[in-house]
Amino acid sequence: MFGTGLLKGLGVTLKHALDTFDDDRESVPDRYRGSLDLGNNRRVIKQPIDQEGLLTIQYPEEKRLLPERFRYIPMLIWDSEKDEDRCTACGICAKVCPPQCIWIVRDSDEDGKPLTRASEFYIDAAVCMSCSFCVEFCPFDAIKMNHDYELAVYDRYPQLVYDMAELTVPLEYYAALWPTQFEEEETRRREEEEKKRRQEEEKAARLAAKQAEAAEKPADAPAAPKRSAAELQQLARERAAQRQAQAADGGSSEDDAAAAKKTRMEELKRKAQERARQRKLESGE
Amino acid sequence: MSQATVVAEAPADELDLGPELADAVEGAWAEDTEKTYVIAPDRILDVLRHLRDVQGYDFLSNLTCVDYKGYGGKLRADVDARLEIVYNLYNTRRGGGSIGLHVRVPEDETVPSATSLYAGANLQEREVYDLFGVKFEGHPNLRRILLWDGFNGHPMRKDWQEAYFEEDVKPFRSRHPKGEYAFHEDKIPWAKNTTYPAGWDPDSWQEPVAYVPVSQAPHHENEPHLDTESIVVNLGPHHPSTHGVFRMLTRVEGETILALEPEMGYLHRNHEKIGERNTWLMNMPFTDRLDYLNSMSNNWSYALAVEKLAGIEVPERAEYLRVIMAEFTRIVNHTWSIGFILNDLGALQTPALYAIEEREMILDLFEAVSGARMMCNYMRFGGVVRDLPEGWHEQAAYLANERLPRALDELDTLLTENEILKARGRGVGYLPVEDLIALSVSGPMIRAGGLAYDIRKAEPYGIYDRFDFDVPTLPNSDIYDRYYIRLLEAMESVRILQQALRDIPEGETLGGRGGYTLRAPEGEVYSRIEAPKGELGFYLASDGKVAPWRYHVRSPSYINLNALGPMSIGYKVADAIVILGAIDIVLGEVDR
Ligand code: SF4
Ligand code: SF4
Repeated sequence: MFGTGLLKGLGVTLKHALDTFDDDRESVPDRYRGSLDLGNNRRVIKQPIDQEGLLTIQYPEEKRLLPERFRYIPMLIWDSEKDEDRCTACGICAKVCPPQCIWIVRDSDEDGKPLTRASEFYIDAAVCMSCSFCVEFCPFDAIKMNHDYELAVYDRYPQLVYDMAELTVPLEYYAALWPTQFEEEETRRREEEEKKRRQEEEKAARLAAKQAEAAEKPADAPAAPKRSAAELQQLARERAAQRQAQAADGGSSEDDAAAAKKTRMEELKRKAQERARQRKLESGE
Repeated sequence: MSQATVVAEAPADELDLGPELADAVEGAWAEDTEKTYVIAPDRILDVLRHLRDVQGYDFLSNLTCVDYKGYGGKLRADVDARLEIVYNLYNTRRGGGSIGLHVRVPEDETVPSATSLYAGANLQEREVYDLFGVKFEGHPNLRRILLWDGFNGHPMRKDWQEAYFEEDVKPFRSRHPKGEYAFHEDKIPWAKNTTYPAGWDPDSWQEPVAYVPVSQAPHHENEPHLDTESIVVNLGPHHPSTHGVFRMLTRVEGETILALEPEMGYLHRNHEKIGERNTWLMNMPFTDRLDYLNSMSNNWSYALAVEKLAGIEVPERAEYLRVIMAEFTRIVNHTWSIGFILNDLGALQTPALYAIEEREMILDLFEAVSGARMMCNYMRFGGVVRDLPEGWHEQAAYLANERLPRALDELDTLLTENEILKARGRGVGYLPVEDLIALSVSGPMIRAGGLAYDIRKAEPYGIYDRFDFDVPTLPNSDIYDRYYIRLLEAMESVRILQQALRDIPEGETLGGRGGYTLRAPEGEVYSRIEAPKGELGFYLASDGKVAPWRYHVRSPSYINLNALGPMSIGYKVADAIVILGAIDIVLGEVDR
């Protein structure tokens, strides 16, 4: 009969409308199932795969729960345990980057000898295509994908050209964003380290002997010699200890940049903790 | 099902043209990778005619050009001609592989146009003219197509350099180890960078509209007592029904379309030039941006082509993962396109929203596995980049076994019997399947015309020969069938998904040889897959270096537009909107 097709179709529409209506009346509607209430109407929504009805996420109050592998803009990892940047300025990421939006200046000592660290590191976030190749091919796990997607600014240049300070995040932040991958990497690293431990110990012993020698010299003597990577690490460790001591003294002799970095790192660590809590809550449910 | 599915028989790899044409073959090319034949320029039409009429190669899949200026490979040391036109032909009745032909053209010489034999050469020859400057003698409408008339030069020539040009091939030396950031826009202000072709004045230029060919349509004579006059009307480029920035230049009389020309290129970014600056692997994320609704199948098609060229093996589990992703993306594409066909008919939003409800779930799965909903960048040469995360398989199985079949049935109930859809769709946009094949149209459109031609059966790639599925066909070749065929195909995809998710083995997901340092051996390859929108092919030529010498995308959206004009003639303006919708184009792929 003419019109039955239309009527059947209207039946489907009615079913959808009722589904949505019905769902909205429940004490915990489908769209909030498995989501996290952050208070103040703010929520992290996890869309259930069996959700019925058509529902809208009320961004920006409500946001989607991002999967661990979500890719946005890369970030550089600052190993907060060792107090050093993981990046060695090897340049592989800059080579594989398809739109060539990574710029790296390799640091060098006074004699112009290249060091295994970057003095400048830029990523043009307006050009980055979030492909994650830099992450895939970095041999030092020094660059990872950030989940932070709210990057809107007024000007492309220089705001969207991220420098090293803007790119760097503490290890904890990465661990909270990418828990599974982080765990895998750490396991792998522990195994490798276990293998190398004996060699390391020998090295450390040699280093200690050198230090003892250096300590006997006047304080201003070892101004800026050619440094090996191991020495640099040692230096970094010493600096960290100094900073800690200063902080304990209540001294404010750190320069502004260092202070800014520290605040930023603290802030990011706090964010990471929040994120880890969210994930725990979610997996607990 | 009006016809048996085209299933591949053993392809003929030797070209046998018979005694009369034996002298037309000048030699063979790239015998180590994929053998093609070099044909004398003045005999190419004879050879094409013979292949089409005698041997049944009725489908001109790919027509492109390669500029060999400065070619670094060894194979071509004794050849002078700078440009080569490449043809890839298929037999849609027998299935199987392609016959590849090359025609060598010295600079500034013309080539006979293939349009008289294969109407589908129309847009492809215009593209070659636009990007390489090769003139085709006998082409009815040889104008620029992706670029505008005021563009200076032919950008795919090897000696043409873009603004911000740094080096021929990435990686650029300026990035490391002394990579001080330089803001490009400061370096080359556009004002000083614009040049026009000689003798061309931007101020006096007006877009010619006279080329809208009236002659192709019979004069509208339904209302002989009305003294009407035909006018030229632009549909688009800024129009919601044109699915992006796309323009239909029409000549109408009353509401009836007398002639229609697609005008495109608004989203052109010279994907192929970028592709030749990139190394092999770098192109992978760029393919996501072609048909941005189906990045998974774009990835796959490109990966397949490179694997074929470089002889890279793919582990078993990765093959299954590729099928799973490709079929999910087909469902996404087809439900989306059904929604938009209905939108174009005036059923605003409701069917579209119902159709893309499950799309959300599938995109969430893509995001969980690859990190992005649409720009997946998931495949690599020799497999896929990551294995499935925890819980993914269960969710996918739930979708494939329960939710998707239910959703597709619901769409079926909602739409298929709908009287308005039938009234608007039946008999509209008709073109016989022979014409569609001649126009190089592929994908759901030819299956809606009754030909069961699907590359997954006709020239199986990946592991498609292991699955049990049908190639649905419908007989009428109109809008309604083009809607319904997509629904049927999505249902077949669900069947494949169920089997693939059931059978997927454990194991490796990425073989070892396809990293960023890949150098493909010298030669060329043309490889294609059945993408949701039709035949998606990649033509790659390598000189043995880190980057492709030639990187060409045979995109279904673009070439299917060949049929837009012929299909629209005689119908109303409102029908042209949905005729376009039923081709299912994505401008990222049309304009490249
Ligand atoms: S981020 Fe990794 S790949 Fe890039 S320069 Fe640093 S260490 Fe090398
Ligand atoms: S994500 Fe891709 S585009 Fe972005 S910086 Fe890394 S390699 Fe470059």
